[in-house]
Amino acid sequence: MKKSWKLLSVMMVVALFILAGCGNNGNNAGGSNAAAGEGGLAAIKERGKLQVGVKFDTKLFGLKDPSSGQVEGFDIDISKAIAKHILGDENAIELKEVTSKTRIPMLNNGEIDMVVATMTITEERKKEVDFSDVYFQAGQSLLVKKGSPVKGLADITKDSTVLGSKGSTSVKNIKEKVPGVTVLEFDNYQDAFTALKTGKGDALTTDDSILYGMAAQDPNYEVVGEPFTDEPYGIAVQKGNSEVVKAINDTLAELKSSGEYDKIYEKWIGKAPAK
Amino acid sequence: MDFAGAYSADNLKFLLDGLYVTLIVAFTAIILSFLLGCIIGVVRYAKVPVLSQISFVFVELIRNLPLLLIIFFMRFALPEVGIKLGLMTAAIAALTIFEGAMISEIVRGGLTSVDKGQIEAGRSSGLTGVQTLWHIVLPQGLRRMVPPLVSQFISLLKDTSLAVIISLAELMHNAGIIIGHGYNYTIPTLLLVALIYFTVNYLLSVLSKRLETKNA
Amino acid sequence: MQFSILTDYFGTYMEGFRGTILSSLLALAGSFLLGTLIAVFRISTARGLRWFGTGYVEFIRNIPLLLVVYIFYYGPSAFGLSLDGFTAGTIGLTVYTSAFIAEAIRAGIAAVPKGQTEAARSSGLTYVQAMIHVVLPQAIKLVIPPLGNQFINLIKNSSVLTIVAGLDLMYFADIVNSDTFRTFDTYVFVALFYLVLTLPLSYVMRVWERRLQR
Repeated sequence: MKKSWKLLSVMMVVALFILAGCGNNGNNAGGSNAAAGEGGLAAIKERGKLQVGVKFDTKLFGLKDPSSGQVEGFDIDISKAIAKHILGDENAIELKEVTSKTRIPMLNNGEIDMVVATMTITEERKKEVDFSDVYFQAGQSLLVKKGSPVKGLADITKDSTVLGSKGSTSVKNIKEKVPGVTVLEFDNYQDAFTALKTGKGDALTTDDSILYGMAAQDPNYEVVGEPFTDEPYGIAVQKGNSEVVKAINDTLAELKSSGEYDKIYEKWIGKAPAK
Repeated sequence: MDFAGAYSADNLKFLLDGLYVTLIVAFTAIILSFLLGCIIGVVRYAKVPVLSQISFVFVELIRNLPLLLIIFFMRFALPEVGIKLGLMTAAIAALTIFEGAMISEIVRGGLTSVDKGQIEAGRSSGLTGVQTLWHIVLPQGLRRMVPPLVSQFISLLKDTSLAVIISLAELMHNAGIIIGHGYNYTIPTLLLVALIYFTVNYLLSVLSKRLETKNA
Repeated sequence: MQFSILTDYFGTYMEGFRGTILSSLLALAGSFLLGTLIAVFRISTARGLRWFGTGYVEFIRNIPLLLVVYIFYYGPSAFGLSLDGFTAGTIGLTVYTSAFIAEAIRAGIAAVPKGQTEAARSSGLTYVQAMIHVVLPQAIKLVIPPLGNQFINLIKNSSVLTIVAGLDLMYFADIVNSDTFRTFDTYVFVALFYLVLTLPLSYVMRVWERRLQR
């Protein structure tokens, strides 16, 4: 008995050293597998199916409808267009659920070929993944219950509580804009919105595009104030996967020149994109 | 509170879809964790050299970590070192090793509780060690293991709900989606989901009591 | 393995570590009190109390902890109240664990031979006195190992607080992870933090159990 416990402690120490050793041999955790051809254009064509990580809980962009079981939204339509471009069939697509927290790990694990999930292009993220051209221009804003004293960013003070989603840029931004503010982070937007509805915070912050979707879901809530950041959305692929980035950018260019992009935009956002 | 809206036919069907995933994952993990638990339990009981010590370390580490962490780790950390598991596989694997570690302790405890005198009697009447284990220790030990095993299986079924952390579309996850969709669905949905879990688990425990009395 | 994650984010980890310890301790105290009360209900001679106690234990033990936590997190808003994630999570843990502790205490009391109560009663003690002086001291000894195991479970189970933004270890780990993108390393350190709490407890519990078996 005693011996086993000694063994346990010894093994834990040894394990730590082994792990430490791994670090010395160059750290490529989270690194890319693109070199191995995973998620590359050839692999996608061979599979005959495009695997895309999209949100399942974000109205207007990617929302799973319980009645039909279908996922629908702006991101889905863009994904279908990419599938059509690469594989010639817009239905040759498999949608997998990602959240802000899980999308980079899932992409780098090679489970999905690309992330089309309201993902802002940032310098930090560029170190982890490669991005396509901007396919949507959003800006961070605030969602509040109608009649709330919060009318914009100026009303958020260090005594306020703001809700957000783990792994999103918005929670970092708000902490920078309002030092000392309490930010509560949830696993996905669904939970964050339920938290707002049940009075856990003064406002929910994320990109206005997502917030408009929530306001459409529940008319007791409204988006207030002007957007206070620029959130250019990009489609992410594994690092070094330039073929796929090119295919995506070609698709986006085609969509824009044919006017198809404007149609998709209007269908979901309800107005023409700003030029 | 909007009971009628929350309990629409579409939502009920969506919850049943979730329950189906919960049951599939739980059932698979129950079988696998029972096998794993038996192997480790017997190894530890029989004090098989080296294997027994390794098992001890494994069991102690796994038992003392949160299952939520193990599920998340299986799904999102292991791929960084080259082990890639799909959504359902990760959930089943995490439940299997966690509950398997728990079950191994139940199995070991059950075997240890069998009277030493009986083992000696078995050995002296010419049975080998393995035969003694199989014919004398196991049948008696198993009977004593049944109640704790059943409550462990119920725990496992409840614990599948932790797979919301990796967005597995099981009962809790689908409940979350319905709550988010409606304007006042929270309490009706939570109540219904509680009732579903309760019913399934209660049936499981009633069923096992039946089995017990039949075998006794 | 990047040990710099541990050193760079040590403050963040520690904030979560404190949350986990605080929540577990509060829930342990709370569930011990609530569990004892429920156990007394269950062995009470009043039928109503007995039914309530049994119903409580059966219901809570058969639903997931996460669901209990959700009920306390989202539920009160229907009545115009709101609990934060830490409070709702800790109450949820308390309610959930109390059902298991009630069972352990009831079993402990039942294990004390009836003859002893009768002997105590016939030597002139009241029922309550017999409980306090004769039955409970013996029952406690039997109850400590399962209580200890429940405490270990509490520490592990407190990780569900992360789902309701309950400021525990897992919650802050997620925040570290969204900064580092190093999932493996980030959560190995989280595991170490949990083991620092649970392994020593687990060791003590095993020693105690062995002593009781002797």
